[in-house]
Amino acid sequence: MRLLIIEDDRDAADYLAKAFREVGHVADLAADGEEGLAHALDGQYDVLIVDRMLPKLDGLAVIGTLRSKGIETPALILSALGQVDDRVKGLRAGGDDYLPKPYSFSELLARTEALARRRGSREETVYRVGDLELDRLSHQVTRAGDEIVLQPREFRLLEYLMKHAGQVVTRTMLLENVWDYHFDPQTNVIDVHISRLRSKIDKGFTQALLHTVRGAGYMIRDSK
Amino acid sequence: MTALGKLLRTTAFKLTLVYLTVFALFAAFLLVYFAWNTRRLITEQITQTVDAEITGLAEQYRQGGIRRLVFVVDARSRRPGSSLYLVTTRAGEGLAGNVGSLSTGILETSGWTETAYRRLDDPDGPEHHALVRVFRLSAGFRLLVGRDLEERERLHDIVIAAGRWSLAVVIVLGVAGGFFVTRRVLKRVDAMTETTRQIMDGDLTGRLPVAGTGDELDRLATNLNAMLERIEALMHGLKEVSDNIAHDLKTPLTRLRNRCEEALRLAEDESQYRSALESTIEESEALIRTFNALLMIARAESGQARDGMTEFDAAEIARGVGELYEPLADEKGIHLKVEAPAAAPVHGNRELVSQALANLVDNAIKYGAAGDPPLNGAAAEILVTAAGEGDRILLAVADSGRGIPAADRGRAVERFVRLEQSRSLPGSGLGLSLASAVARLHGGELKLEDNHPGLKTVISLPRSGSAPPTA
Repeated sequence: MRLLIIEDDRDAADYLAKAFREVGHVADLAADGEEGLAHALDGQYDVLIVDRMLPKLDGLAVIGTLRSKGIETPALILSALGQVDDRVKGLRAGGDDYLPKPYSFSELLARTEALARRRGSREETVYRVGDLELDRLSHQVTRAGDEIVLQPREFRLLEYLMKHAGQVVTRTMLLENVWDYHFDPQTNVIDVHISRLRSKIDKGFTQALLHTVRGAGYMIRDSK
Repeated sequence: MTALGKLLRTTAFKLTLVYLTVFALFAAFLLVYFAWNTRRLITEQITQTVDAEITGLAEQYRQGGIRRLVFVVDARSRRPGSSLYLVTTRAGEGLAGNVGSLSTGILETSGWTETAYRRLDDPDGPEHHALVRVFRLSAGFRLLVGRDLEERERLHDIVIAAGRWSLAVVIVLGVAGGFFVTRRVLKRVDAMTETTRQIMDGDLTGRLPVAGTGDELDRLATNLNAMLERIEALMHGLKEVSDNIAHDLKTPLTRLRNRCEEALRLAEDESQYRSALESTIEESEALIRTFNALLMIARAESGQARDGMTEFDAAEIARGVGELYEPLADEKGIHLKVEAPAAAPVHGNRELVSQALANLVDNAIKYGAAGDPPLNGAAAEILVTAAGEGDRILLAVADSGRGIPAADRGRAVERFVRLEQSRSLPGSGLGLSLASAVARLHGGELKLEDNHPGLKTVISLPRSGSAPPTA
């Protein structure tokens, strides 16, 4: 994955670049909005990571300019402003995801990879992982041919996990995308939903598909 | 700016000058009008009198010729008074009368003329003025009858003097009056300015003086004072909030630091360092969550959240939060139910209300049944409701746990208070504080009630369509 990180804080930028490179991605840096815009216009990046407060040209303006030129590279906005209104503003400016500071790198990584994947995929109607099948139109879920009955919320949860099959999905991502909540639930509310789902789709099968990624979140993956 | 300069620049003084000018002009106009009319009247009287005399004398002339006329004029001339008579030959030789000298050419005029003259019996005296009429008799004789204009001139002088005096008095009184009135106004304004300066210097308790006259300055002062009350309250709130935040974050930060120092001191191998670092990360994440929660509370309390107010359905929020927490409750053996059959439209901050309700449900699950067998043998229950009551919507979470004794209910809402029973359980102690702040932001309050058994927490919100809160 080719990433462009537009961040004026030297330390933060270096940290991010190093962390991404360790996981095997390519990361370019830009220290201000103008430089970032220039890079984004030239290079072919999979995801842009844009700090909101930048010298010369602020993050939202950079994204806005790219969008007005028809460049649809997914952009993830990092910002110290974490209120819902700020988030809405960021997304309206053309951003695709919004992560308030301070964030954990695993959260950032999970979301970045999710954005990169989104760019490539077409909208499929049936998701498949191993012998698990989810039909988005009929809302039917089967594993090894047998139907599994899920509650509507459980279905949406599974759908999201399968949409990002093979990628880490964090609890915050689930809360935002499956429940449309932007607050901190304090306790491990999501974990319980996951374990309920797990008991429905993994129980009785030799191969577990729904995995817990320690320190990050969950992933649905064919272990073969 | 000198005191005088300040005074001269006041609106009051300028207004005074304007009124002064207007009044003076009006008075002058009246005076001129009066004088002009009176002058006209006097002139009219004179002309009428003289005309009558002339008619009479002409009659005498007709009856008795020049001899008769001279005789009569002579007699009349001896009488004291301001009437003037003169009879001359064609050549200008005086035959009778009391006029000594005249302005040149008067005798050739016809109609009314004003002329300077001297009396016959006072040839070296001062010149007077008269209004005369010259009458041509047959055989070239001239008859002049007139009247001294002394009266009219005196009137003229009086009017001029009156005008000068009144102008002087008006100006003096006006300026003096304006001066004093303005000074009084300026004094009040200066008192206000002084007070505001004190306030800006830092004394937020200062208030503008209200004279009690109920005039516009008083009204202004009253309104400004109300504004100052509000500012003082906000500043106080802000100080409280920042004091709280500073205090509340110092403890976990110190704990974090100590952990790290301890690790540096005591850890010997990589695995120990690793676990120290991992727990440091965990602690800092807890700290970040606490910080965010504090920020949210501060936002709710400062009224900043008012911009984010929208219309939403509280019943929907209740259902969503209930559904989110249901599995967790179930795992702990609690049956969570949501009762929100009717739409409950609310005007408020959706994010904050969701967070507040989530906190209440979270609390109910944590403390509502943890570790206690239910009192009546039935399964522990949590009921989440959203219902309208008058112009408010009530969002409530009722559990069947231990509840909070009435004495502790006030304290429970304060930040970081963990009541004795719950000291050992995880949590930041901010859940109720936020819920309370959110309720107050929406013009309501968080009520803690006895659920018999258990605790019932209620947030009251304004129903959409009713008047916005003025909290």
